[in-house]
Amino acid sequence: MIRSVSLPALAILIGASALAAQGLDPGRLLGPPTDAWPTYNGDYTGRRYSPLDEIHGGNVGSLTLAWAFRQNTRGPAPGAGTIKATPLYVDGVLYYAAPDHAWAVDARTGREIWHFAWETSGGIHIGNRGVGMLGDTVYFETPDCFLVALDARTGDLRWTQRIADVRQEYFCTPPPMVIGDNLITGVGGDSLDVPGYLQSRDLETGELRWNFNTTPRGDEPGAETWPNAESMEHGGGMTWLPGTYDPELNLYYFGTGNPNPVYAGHSREGDNLYTCTIIAINPDTGEMAWYFQVSPHDTHDWDNVETPVLIDGVFEGEERRMLAQAARNGYFVLLDRVTGEHLLTTTFIETLNWSSGVDEAGRPRPNPDKEPQPDGTLVSPAEPGATNWYAPSFNPDTGLFYVHATESWAIDYVTDTGDNPQGFAGMAQQLYARHLLQAVDYQTGNIVWSHRYSGSGGTRSGLLTTAGGLLFAGDPTRNLIAFEPATGDVLWHVPLHAPVSNGPITYEMDGRQYVVVGAGDMLYAFTLPD
Amino acid sequence: MSLRTVSRAALLALAFNAWPEAARAQLISRPVPPEDVVERGRAAFTVSCGFCHGIDARGGEGGPDLVRSEMMLNDEGGDLLGPFLQVGRPDLGMPPFQLSEAEVAELAGFVRAQSQAVINRRLYVIQNVVTGDAARGRAYFNGEGGCNGCHSPAGDLAGIASRFDPPGLLNRFLYPGRGRGGSQPLSRRATVTPAAGPAVSGTLEYLDDFSVAIRDANGDYRSFSRDAAAVEVDDPYAAHVDLLGRYTDDDIHDLITYLVTLE
Repeated sequence: MIRSVSLPALAILIGASALAAQGLDPGRLLGPPTDAWPTYNGDYTGRRYSPLDEIHGGNVGSLTLAWAFRQNTRGPAPGAGTIKATPLYVDGVLYYAAPDHAWAVDARTGREIWHFAWETSGGIHIGNRGVGMLGDTVYFETPDCFLVALDARTGDLRWTQRIADVRQEYFCTPPPMVIGDNLITGVGGDSLDVPGYLQSRDLETGELRWNFNTTPRGDEPGAETWPNAESMEHGGGMTWLPGTYDPELNLYYFGTGNPNPVYAGHSREGDNLYTCTIIAINPDTGEMAWYFQVSPHDTHDWDNVETPVLIDGVFEGEERRMLAQAARNGYFVLLDRVTGEHLLTTTFIETLNWSSGVDEAGRPRPNPDKEPQPDGTLVSPAEPGATNWYAPSFNPDTGLFYVHATESWAIDYVTDTGDNPQGFAGMAQQLYARHLLQAVDYQTGNIVWSHRYSGSGGTRSGLLTTAGGLLFAGDPTRNLIAFEPATGDVLWHVPLHAPVSNGPITYEMDGRQYVVVGAGDMLYAFTLPD
Repeated sequence: MSLRTVSRAALLALAFNAWPEAARAQLISRPVPPEDVVERGRAAFTVSCGFCHGIDARGGEGGPDLVRSEMMLNDEGGDLLGPFLQVGRPDLGMPPFQLSEAEVAELAGFVRAQSQAVINRRLYVIQNVVTGDAARGRAYFNGEGGCNGCHSPAGDLAGIASRFDPPGLLNRFLYPGRGRGGSQPLSRRATVTPAAGPAVSGTLEYLDDFSVAIRDANGDYRSFSRDAAAVEVDDPYAAHVDLLGRYTDDDIHDLITYLVTLE
């Protein structure tokens, strides 16, 4: 049963820990992002909407560079050099990570305060999405799946805990999420059919508090959606992006990755719960309150980890507490976040061809003819998806949900046609792709405006909206752009040295508003001139 | 097609040599012993282990999967497997095996190679894309697809099937702009008409929402702000993109089955 505890939950958060004596006070995690950007999404809602309005449509044209910072990694593998992390901003300092590395950067000058480097034992170095913080401790995960706690003042190592076995092909990228006494950690890895899980760790020691398996064991609920025990134990469902949190309901919302083997569905007939699913859990116990599966029986590598964004507003004339996700499979879903009741399912790309439609429960059903085949199946979207990990934004002023989208095609193959396929067991050969910024009316799913980028290349930029009537986005080439969020008009842009590769943030410091964005191996800070 | 006659181990060796260091780090997570070691391990495994664990080590009659086994994935040259084999699992019907250190390492090497063959997607082989009907493919080419508006079997497509393997050719006709088949994208041409001044045409060098750059007939690089210039891009692949939204899967297999006849 779902608790409706507003005050007790608040009290737990505020009284959480003696760690909060200095540095980041836990109460600041609850506020909208103004003088701090203390979590991956700025606040627990996942909206990436800032109430700051010093920079607005009337003056954004004079935005100017405050500083730039180039990181130095000498990383052991590709990906280490690209900033995919959303930095945290706390009391004049930015904290962020890349695979095997973490930094503190002076937010006034762009000067490096400290740099921590981790000696790796392996793991895929595809990216790191950032750090978590509470008090004077900074937490991050490494590609070889250690949870690392650092002294925020010095970058000195405090402790480490292994959270997954890199030898089994797990690798770890998400920022740990602080909720009350819990440090929520997730894992990734598609190569060898390992099972996914989400964990809570102790903030002061990293010891395990609870574990939530994303696929069932034995005869647990959901087991009926798999053919046998072995298929669930090797069923995937990774947890590689942070979720969102409603303190009043005390529910944590997160999405799970694709099932395994990835492209071969023939050894795992069924819906494969709880892969490609939005899950609501109690963060103090790890108990599931409800779930909604956005991609039953996925066979296209479409992890459903995209941010479930919390929206408070009207739906069909009624005030509701909702959650919206633009999923990698091309569907936009709106749910009641108290109960998990399905409200709306629509598509946000026009080329989608893999589904036979939406069932009575609002779930997109896969068209069996569009599952990968030994001789190839033409599928839209392609493997990177209609969108991916890069953060969307919801702006309560416009009522629009913004997402970077891709209309693309691939040929999807099964290469392992035996009775017991393993790993990816197939592949997707990418074809053509075009890149869009979509503004979705959350109440109808209608695309209110769409900006098609003329440049080619991928989109990795997250989005940010502000009360100043601005929507910041990086294009597929290398521009940072400010759009007018109601109309999609371009108000300002600046070419950087590389495409925007993370989610832009904004904060107020010394009475001024800053916008900070990562592009390749650099951070750029913009503000208004004196 | 010829790839399929090559042994998996040889492919692995090929792959090691052909890739840059960085790509190996991404795809091969652990080193695989030399081919002769793996092959001796395979022979011994087939005789002694395959009956229970399957000849591919993925599990069989009564024996568990070893490719995804936690112990085997943490093994280094037999350091965990050796002590395990000396005892076996008598409770589960697995006898002890008395093997030399080298024999244990060979078995472990074979299992490692099997795991890496799953992990390393570069080794995956597309089975067969030529599953359609050539006559229907030819009809589509000359009819509904409109391919003959730009291409001809006796002209630009003469001998095309000898230049690409079938999966590569499939990729290439679906979208020549990228991907498998060693495609070199054709250059796009653009005409830029500045507000003040004559139109200029050339090869498109760069395009975003704010600026455009071309290389003109003299070889000069010229860039323009799009605020003050109209741009028209001639995309040679526009017809291919249009077809992506119209093909059925039968269409693409009929087309590739026709195209592989153009040797």
